[in-house]
Order: sequence, then C-alpha cells, then structure tokens
Amino acid sequence: MRAAEFVTASILILLGGVVLFDAVRIGFGWGPDGPRSGFFPFWLALIMVVNCAVILAQSALGGRGKIFVSREQLGPVLKVLWPATAAVALMHFVGLYVASALYMGFYMRWVGRHSWVPVIVIALGLPIASFLIFEKWFLVPMPKGPLEQWLGY
Amino acid sequence: MGIENLILGFHIAITPFNLWMTVVGILLGTIIGVLPGLGGANGVAILLPVTFTMPPTSAIILLTSIYWGALFGGAITSILFNIPGEPWSVATTFDGYPMARQGQGGQALTAAFTSSFVGALFSIVLITFFAPVLAQIALKFGPPEIFAIQFLTFSSFVGLGGGNPLKSLVSILIGFILATVGLDIVTGQLRLTFGITELMRGFDFIIAVIGLFGIGEILLSVEEGLSFKGTRTGMNLRVVLDTWKILPRYWRTFVRSSFIGFWMGFKPGGATPASFMSYAFAKRFSKNADRFGKGEIEGVVAPETAAHAAGIAAMLPMITLGIPGSPTAAVMLGGLIIWGLQPGPLLFKDNPDFVWGLIASMYTGNIIGVFMVLAFVPLFAAILRIPFAILTPLIVVVCAIGSYAVHNSMLDIWYMLIFGVVGYVFKKLDYPLAPLVLALVLGDMAENALRQSLIMSQGSLAIFFNRPIAGAITAVALFFFILPAITPWWRRFRGSPSPAAQAGRD
Repeated sequence: MRAAEFVTASILILLGGVVLFDAVRIGFGWGPDGPRSGFFPFWLALIMVVNCAVILAQSALGGRGKIFVSREQLGPVLKVLWPATAAVALMHFVGLYVASALYMGFYMRWVGRHSWVPVIVIALGLPIASFLIFEKWFLVPMPKGPLEQWLGY
Repeated sequence: MGIENLILGFHIAITPFNLWMTVVGILLGTIIGVLPGLGGANGVAILLPVTFTMPPTSAIILLTSIYWGALFGGAITSILFNIPGEPWSVATTFDGYPMARQGQGGQALTAAFTSSFVGALFSIVLITFFAPVLAQIALKFGPPEIFAIQFLTFSSFVGLGGGNPLKSLVSILIGFILATVGLDIVTGQLRLTFGITELMRGFDFIIAVIGLFGIGEILLSVEEGLSFKGTRTGMNLRVVLDTWKILPRYWRTFVRSSFIGFWMGFKPGGATPASFMSYAFAKRFSKNADRFGKGEIEGVVAPETAAHAAGIAAMLPMITLGIPGSPTAAVMLGGLIIWGLQPGPLLFKDNPDFVWGLIASMYTGNIIGVFMVLAFVPLFAAILRIPFAILTPLIVVVCAIGSYAVHNSMLDIWYMLIFGVVGYVFKKLDYPLAPLVLALVLGDMAENALRQSLIMSQGSLAIFFNRPIAGAITAVALFFFILPAITPWWRRFRGSPSPAAQAGRD
C-alpha cells in the first residue's frame, strides 16, 4: 500500500509540475482584461502539488498497512483489462461490432468456460442487436470495418 | 401562476398520446439508466432526433420522462450491481449495494424508488408554486455568488466526506485541472495541450464517468470475485408494503434531503453534490451512523430523495431562466431551440400550454414512474442472473459504445480505458472519485465565475465576503474546509473518543 501511495502521489506531483510549467508559460498573473489563462490552472496545480507532498509525507511516516493488490487479485483484474484493451485496439481495424463479437466470444469461452452454443449465440446476437439498436433505431454511428462496408453500410 | 394554469397543464398532460409518451419515456429511460454506459444526458441526446416531428409539448414530455426513468434506473444498477448509472447515484451504492448483498435488495429498491418519488414530488410542488419567486432570487446571483456556491459544494466534499480530506481535495483539483485542458473560451488560448491536436477538445465528463465508475468498478469487483453473482432481490408486493411501513420513520431524512436536493438542484450540476451532502448529513445526524456504508436503509433514502429532488429542480432554471441545471437539462434546452421555442422567462407568457403541460407532466410522469419501476423490478432483477462472463464483456462493450457516441471518437474509448485504470487505483487508495467528476463538469463554470468576480473586484478576493449572499455562503464553505482540522481538537475538548477512521466512504 505504501509503495502504491508513494507512486500515485509522485505521479500527481509530476503532473502538477507539468501544469505549473504550462501555466507559467501562458501567464498566470493579471492581464489587460483580467486574470490570464494560466491563472486558474496555476493555483490548482500549486495547491495540488503541496497537497500531494503532504500525502507523500503521511504515507512515508505511516505504517505499512494492507497490501495494495495481491497476486491472486491482480490475475482476474488483468484478465478483464487486457482482452478489453485488445478489443479496443481491434476496433480500429474491424469496427466495433466485429471486435465486440470476437471479444464477447473469447471472454465467454476463456473465462466463463461456457459451451460453444451459447458462446456463438451471444457473441453473434449481442453485436447484431446493438447494431440494430444504435445504427438503425437510435441512428448513432459506431466505428465500422470491412465487414460492414461489404454489407453496404 | 396559479391553479387554473396547472389545470390547463393537466388537460394537456393527460391526453392519451402524452400519457403514452410518458410510459414509453419512462420505460426507455429506466433501461438507459440501468445500462452503465448510457446515462440520462446521453439517452436524451440520442433520442432527440426522434422528437423533431412531434408537437413540442409531447416531445418535452417524452424527453423529461426519459430523464425521470434514468433517475429511477440509476438506483437499480447502484443497488444491484454497485455500478452507479449516473454520478448522482454514486452515494446510493454506499448502502444500497451492501443491502442487496445481504439479501435485502427488495427493501433497498423499494426505499430508493419511494424516496425518489417523495423527493420528486417535493420539488414539483415547489416548482409549481414558488417558481417565480425563486427565479427572482436566482436572477440576482452574480458571478461571486455562483462561485461561492461552487466553493460551498466542494468544501462539503472535503469537510463532510469523511476519509482523508487531503485526498478529497486532490480529487477536486485533478477534476478542475482536467477541465482546463483545451481551449480557454475567455482568451482563446490553448491550455495544457502541448501542441497535441487531440487534446484541444479537452476531457468530456461523460467519458470520465464511464471510465472511472463503469470500467473502474468492473476491475474492482472482479478482484473481489463476488459481484455480479445472482443475489436474489426478493422483490414482491409484501416486501414493498413492509418497506413502506418502516419508511415514515425516516421522515426527518426525507424532509432534510428534499430541501438539500431542491436547494442544490436548481443550480447547475446540483444533483450529485446534493446526493452526497444529503448522505453526509444523514450520517451525521443518524443514531445508526456506524451502520452507514454497511447496509443502512437511511443511507439509501437520503441520497435518492436528494438526487431526484435535485434532478427535478434542475428543470426550474431551464424553464424560467433558460439556464440548464444539469447536463440532461442542457440537452433538453438544445431540443427547445430546435422545436422553435425560446427558452427563458418568455416561455411562461408565450407558450403557457408548453410550460404548464410540462409541469403537469412532471406529476403524472413521476406517479406513473414509481409504479412502473416497482412493477418492472423483477425484470431488472433477472439481469443479476446473467453469468459474470457475459456481463463483464457486455458492460465493457456498452461503455465503449457510450464513450464513442459522445464525440464519434475512437480516442474517447482509449480515454475510457485509462480512466478505468485510474478509477481502480484511486478507489483502492481511497481517493474519492465523485468530486473529481463533479469538478470536471463544473470546471469551466467555476473558472468563469471566479475570473468574472475577480474582474469585477479588480483582483481582490474580498468580493466573496463583502456581498451579503456570497459572503454568507463563503463563510459556510470556509467552515467546512477547516472542519476536518478542528474536529479532532473538538473531540478532545469534549473528552469523547475519536474514531480512528471514518469508514464507509466510497
């Protein structure tokens, strides 16, 4: 927990520093017609850096506390995270519907160990249903790939 | 203003077509509210094109009914899934979800819907009779008052939120900083973009909400390996009637939360802080304060009453002043203009049938709504029995669709994933997420109010103290800010033991 606190506070201080740098660059004082653009971010970032420094000191002085994440906990989290990331990356190439069909099918089969029939029915049914709902009914376009192009959308 | 106007409104609201619109709107709204990626604002925006061919009154009734439905629906996911469909239902998860886990989902849902209804009714009655008066008070608000109110909102997170006040403050600051990314509309200057074109658009709060709450919550719940599994809700007529029997016991909470909700709600972005403030106050004043966060029914009543009261109150500035009180109201305001109506005080004069039809439909919509959601809950409870391996990817996909629909941008889906990881880490480290989102929503407004105030005063902060209304609000806000610092000292003074940590937050 201490290490995680430490890293998070440090990253936030770093980000605060970046904001301060940008605020100083565009000016944080009083311009010809009121506070300059950097005024608000400057003070926000300054207070944040000071705050995070105190949190950093608190975590350094405090006890070790409970573990941030155990190996057993991290496993399932990554099992959700990496297929989701892969699915989003896939959307760039094959569109949202095909990517979500592959993602749902893979996840159901790999994590849920469902048998093939429900896997195929749901992995195909849900993207088709969402296609009808969003493209047809709500008229909200989603990223599309070669398959949709081939079908004429 | 008067009873005859309201009667005129009812004549419009209870025509068969408008009643049908109400039912359809509430059904759609509840579904939209249940799906974590699609919130009220998004749902209303998506359905806006459908209303172009309708008469404006029917159109606004459909959209507002979606809004009421989404308000009800948010409670369902918060309680059954621990996933707040809307930022203002975050506080409902604190006790609603533990109750569902303990097999009291039916009680929690009944309490939530009933509280929503009570809060809504309170706000509607106030809107009906006090709209002109309140509009006049709000009209006098200048930038210093607006900033003071926002200052008060955020101070209540720090002072009353529990947990580490420094972390609450950091969350607020991160939200405000994210809000400044992109174009500064006052000076036209680009801020924090570092020459990257994609950053010019800034960060949309909807993406942040979907990522932090939707994805972050999934990551957190798979770690525990318990969620999404079929806890039975036990929702039936007897549970409803039994819960109704014990609810009058919390009349104080109802009254307090309704007032907080209405007061916070008619100012922009009010529903979320209203629900949190109401929860914090209920915890402070309750005899069972130590049960809060572990499944206390009062912890469901307080935020739901306030959120729904605030959600309705958000309509007040929209119809009287032309200023939306919530993101959803902002989308509806856009609709008004498309339908050829001029939002603002003139509506009451030029289109009384529209305004009073809308106000009357708030009554009919919420009465129909509360019975509809109570009746349909067994259907929604069925969602709980869907296996985890189907729900997880389904929610991720719906979140991705919701994120993409905001700006038709793939990058937003990546932001959503990043916000998801950030939400997971922050939640584990006890950085509260709601103030971050709220600061992101209100960022531009707060900054403009601050800058305009400072221009008015030639750069002196005294302007927040020497105007009577702003001064009073600022004083209360400052008190909340120093509250965490003086509380331990006060306890020692009183000789009472200090609880090591206030559990139950987030």
